[in-house]
Amino acid sequence: MSDKKPKRREFLFTASYAVGAVGVAAVIWPLIDQMNPDASVKALASTEVDVSSVKPGNTITVLWRGKPVFIRRRTQDEITEAKLVKMEDLKHPEKDEDRAKNPEWLVMLGICTHLGCVPLNDKGDYDGWFCPCHGSHYDTSGRIRKGPAPTNMEVPKYEFVNANTIKIG
Amino acid sequence: MSDHDYQPTSKLGKWFNDRLPLLTLSNHLSEYPTPKNLNYWWTFGGILTFCLIAQIVTGIALAMHYIADSDLAFASVEHIMRDVNYGWLIRYVHANGASMFFLAVYIHIFRALYYGSYKSPREVIWIIGMIIYLLMMMTAFMGYVLPWGQMSFWGATVITNLFSAVPFVGEGIVSWLWGGFAVDNPTLTRFYALHYLLPFLILGLVVLHIWALHVPGNNNPIGIDIKKPSKDTVPFHPYIVIKDGFALLMFIIVFAFFVFYSPNILGHADNYIEANPMVTPAHIVPEWYLLPFYAILRSVPDKLFGVIAMFASIFVLVILPWLDTSKIRSAVFRPLYRQFYWILFIDVLILGYMGAMPAEGLYLLVARVATAYYFIHFLIIMPILGRKEKTIPLPLSITEPIIGGSPDLANIIKKKSLN
Repeated sequence: MSDKKPKRREFLFTASYAVGAVGVAAVIWPLIDQMNPDASVKALASTEVDVSSVKPGNTITVLWRGKPVFIRRRTQDEITEAKLVKMEDLKHPEKDEDRAKNPEWLVMLGICTHLGCVPLNDKGDYDGWFCPCHGSHYDTSGRIRKGPAPTNMEVPKYEFVNANTIKIG
Repeated sequence: MSDHDYQPTSKLGKWFNDRLPLLTLSNHLSEYPTPKNLNYWWTFGGILTFCLIAQIVTGIALAMHYIADSDLAFASVEHIMRDVNYGWLIRYVHANGASMFFLAVYIHIFRALYYGSYKSPREVIWIIGMIIYLLMMMTAFMGYVLPWGQMSFWGATVITNLFSAVPFVGEGIVSWLWGGFAVDNPTLTRFYALHYLLPFLILGLVVLHIWALHVPGNNNPIGIDIKKPSKDTVPFHPYIVIKDGFALLMFIIVFAFFVFYSPNILGHADNYIEANPMVTPAHIVPEWYLLPFYAILRSVPDKLFGVIAMFASIFVLVILPWLDTSKIRSAVFRPLYRQFYWILFIDVLILGYMGAMPAEGLYLLVARVATAYYFIHFLIIMPILGRKEKTIPLPLSITEPIIGGSPDLANIIKKKSLN
């Protein structure tokens, strides 16, 4: 058959391109992946915080994985206010019970879910937090109520090691 | 181009040129026929080349003293300012040089918009220019992060967080950009590496930009095709070299004013406070040259669509050669476009001002109207205007209106039949 040779050549070309593409991808991947968080960054996964000195109505800010975490000891008024909010009024509906297992303590990443600024305490139209960058208002449960942020402030994984110590991460 | 048969006069020159035709290139550049009616708005290409070289030279000098480490960066910048010989001068030239670079590039872009320089056959020059502009913004942004002040840190946080708006993979992209869970040392070191790399990519693209320009030749204030070389052109050297040189001197006076008399006026006081991941400054604003885009970002209430609108505002510029349906290049002969051009110009200034103001109340409303108008200009007005507008008749050549009488069509036909 006269067309056998070109076919064989085409097969060789295609096979060469395929092997070449796999080779290029294999070389590029380490160059891309080196930019991902490295082992030393990942190793700083958890932080323990002593909260015994925090009085009701006060917030402390601690650094966890380079990010600020708000730990607020809420007053009874704030807890009531957070619990009374109707789900249909929320942009990102979450119950207060689900955000603060122990209602007295609200632990969340102090990072506005819009573009990552640190919101200010006791500010805004909902008695919670206000982000000065682009005007997002959060309530006493750290839920987004008004402004461009799409979701509530994130609650990280944490646990009470004992009555006075919170372990984040 | 007529210079392909160029021969060096000296024997050595001929020997060398036969092996590497650099002398042919330099002859092409000096003989390059340029429209003789170019005005001073055309001098910003040369000014921009100067800006790029000034940034690269001062940048390399700074790199000899700067330390890209989140614990040392802020102090090393102060070390440059206080201890390094002439460090204050080199850093102020570099920091203000970025602003001067953008000032010149905005004039250059608005000149192209006014005189229709982006239109056929110069679309590729325009697109390369837009890529250069994008790279400039990336380079400037990463450079602003390096002093590791409060604005550096929070500017970097806000801008990198833009990518978290991407559905599904957004968070992954952001932590890949950061090399961690927040802007931190890995972010600083990679921004430094890229800040050093990108200017050389820009330099390469500038060569392509000029190469692409030298194929059709310069556009000109009346926007007509001209014969090259002809009575309508002058050689680049000495005519344009001298004119560009004079404009450059004027530009350097403005540049020097900023460097020597108000070196910090274009910066932000918060950047003299070291980066603190626990406290966001009360009012985050980007550098002035990014403000219009920042206003567009903030004027859209949805995060993802805000980011899309911001990138789209640059993309509409890239596809402008196809959005503008008018065959007439220069606004001189487009009375309606001329008015819309100035409305757009004012619109962009308003957006810039709104970008510096807090995003609330009346500011937000005005920013939204200005954002809407920006897109209406490019996506609706430009395509329709090109079809509907009654334009003024074009002259036959640059000299024709002066020595050949009126550009009136009847005269032109008469003159043609006489020739």
